[in-house]
Amino acid sequence: MDARIGIRNTKSILFKSVIIFFAFIITIPLIIVLLYIIEKGVMQVNWHFLSHVPVPEGETGGGIANALVGSLIIVLMSSIVAIPIGMLAGIYLSENPGTKLAYYSGLCVDILQGVPSIVVGIVMYFWIVKPIGFSAISGSIALAIMMLPIVIRSTEQTLLLLPDSLKEAALSLGVPYHRVILKVIVPCGFAGILSGIILSIARIIGETAPLLFTALGNNYLSTNILKPMESLPHLIYTYATSPYEDQHDLAWGASFILLMFVLLLNIFTKLITRKWQIQL
Amino acid sequence: MKKNDRLDLSYAQMKWETIFKRILIVMSVILLLLVIGVLTTLIIQSMPTIKTLGIKFLWGKVWDPVNNIYGAYPFLIGTLLTSFTALILSIPFSYAVAIYLGEYNVKGWLSDLLKNTIELIAAVPSIIYGFWALVVLVPVVRTLETKIGVAPYGVGVFSAALVLSVMIIPYAAALGTSLIRMVPSPLKEGAYALGATRFEVIRSVILPYTRSGLFAGILLSLGRALGETMAVTVLIGNTSAVANSFKEAFFGPGNTMASVIANEFTEADHTQYLSALIELGLVLFFVTVVINLIGKRIITKYTSH
Repeated sequence: MDARIGIRNTKSILFKSVIIFFAFIITIPLIIVLLYIIEKGVMQVNWHFLSHVPVPEGETGGGIANALVGSLIIVLMSSIVAIPIGMLAGIYLSENPGTKLAYYSGLCVDILQGVPSIVVGIVMYFWIVKPIGFSAISGSIALAIMMLPIVIRSTEQTLLLLPDSLKEAALSLGVPYHRVILKVIVPCGFAGILSGIILSIARIIGETAPLLFTALGNNYLSTNILKPMESLPHLIYTYATSPYEDQHDLAWGASFILLMFVLLLNIFTKLITRKWQIQL
Repeated sequence: MKKNDRLDLSYAQMKWETIFKRILIVMSVILLLLVIGVLTTLIIQSMPTIKTLGIKFLWGKVWDPVNNIYGAYPFLIGTLLTSFTALILSIPFSYAVAIYLGEYNVKGWLSDLLKNTIELIAAVPSIIYGFWALVVLVPVVRTLETKIGVAPYGVGVFSAALVLSVMIIPYAAALGTSLIRMVPSPLKEGAYALGATRFEVIRSVILPYTRSGLFAGILLSLGRALGETMAVTVLIGNTSAVANSFKEAFFGPGNTMASVIANEFTEADHTQYLSALIELGLVLFFVTVVINLIGKRIITKYTSH
């Protein structure tokens, strides 16, 4: 009997060690990637790098100003499209659970969440690029579609967490419905909604696939949203697959900057949600 | 304020109330239209190939745009091979993370740290994984391939699957963690009271209880793996030929549905070529959507009872 419990306990401890081993070993690839990018990229970054456009192959120097500005403009435009639609649709879903429209819209959100980003790129090619040509705006719309499900779900989930009494109290004071939503409910859940928005921006800022056939890419600094525009992930893709060492260096620098953006946005989200949970 | 003014004001408010409610409805209808629009665009644009090739398209073995021959078989095999290899490699890790965070170490800084690190894996853009792997991992794989005696391409299905397996872990791990945390403690306590060790509780109470939920998590990971484009495009080597042996297919260069679209879409110069690529997109869309919806359905079913 004693021997048996001994074996069983050993098995249990063994299992725990295996689990801990597997659970922690998976962080190693991430750490290696992060350290490598930081080591390679941080040397590239200086004022010249941030303020100049890439030079032709074979020449040294050059920077990623076009991609930085482009990414900023493209993400800004997608946010302008996706945030209002996403928030309003999220409000609808949380306010009218159980209706037919809510069921089907919810289904559509699930579908959008699963659509491969490259497919969104294809569809945008036919919707926007065919009529008006390769343009930053088509890339923005494609990214906005990638943003939508995250914004909608975070809005919906946050508002569902709020107590009904909040809304009832405001309504009983005679406040009209739209003011209850916009002035009471949304401000109360603001932190949760904001964290969803930031998370969605963090996700789309690194998306390359939808931009391949929409915003295309541009070797020069451009702010015309009806013309092709460079973006950070697209620049990394083009230069990573090129054979020139100099262009690889540019891509490392761009990867470092992109990574920092994504990390900061994620940390920011974490801080907001932590505070939010405490308030609740 | 006169009485009439006040009345006007409340009428105005009531009007706004209706308008606001309408706007909310319009926004949800936009979602519906968006999904329907995506689907119809894909179907209409892939009509030329659907008409001429029909279902044969899926198992045509030759992809030769120059001679107008289109078969999706090489890409189907490439996609399935990379995704399932990645999935099988990732399962032990995602289960381990889920069990560790869900059962062994639920609270505390170490648990938070691991959880945030795993979430970070999903946050890093896929093009960065692709770039890193192209420069660092591919030479390593090449040495490995020389040692085991296959053609040392470096890039190929194996490299893509390796990177993919890391990228898809967070999805299954996060879902598994929250589901394992939801196992009712009376069940676990009952097992402990009968003298079960921790391993036995996990094996015979927690895992059977969360089986369908963990399966849903794996489906979500699979959906990600199938649709992942950039890291795979950079790493897979882009060959549309069908390999002669399994070994060659597994270690040699290949192509997935997503990567062939990414590579050839802007080069497609005639309707048939373009529509063949879009049909690949349509197939990809259907497969990922169905997998995702099944996963989501299981989760809702699981969390609601």
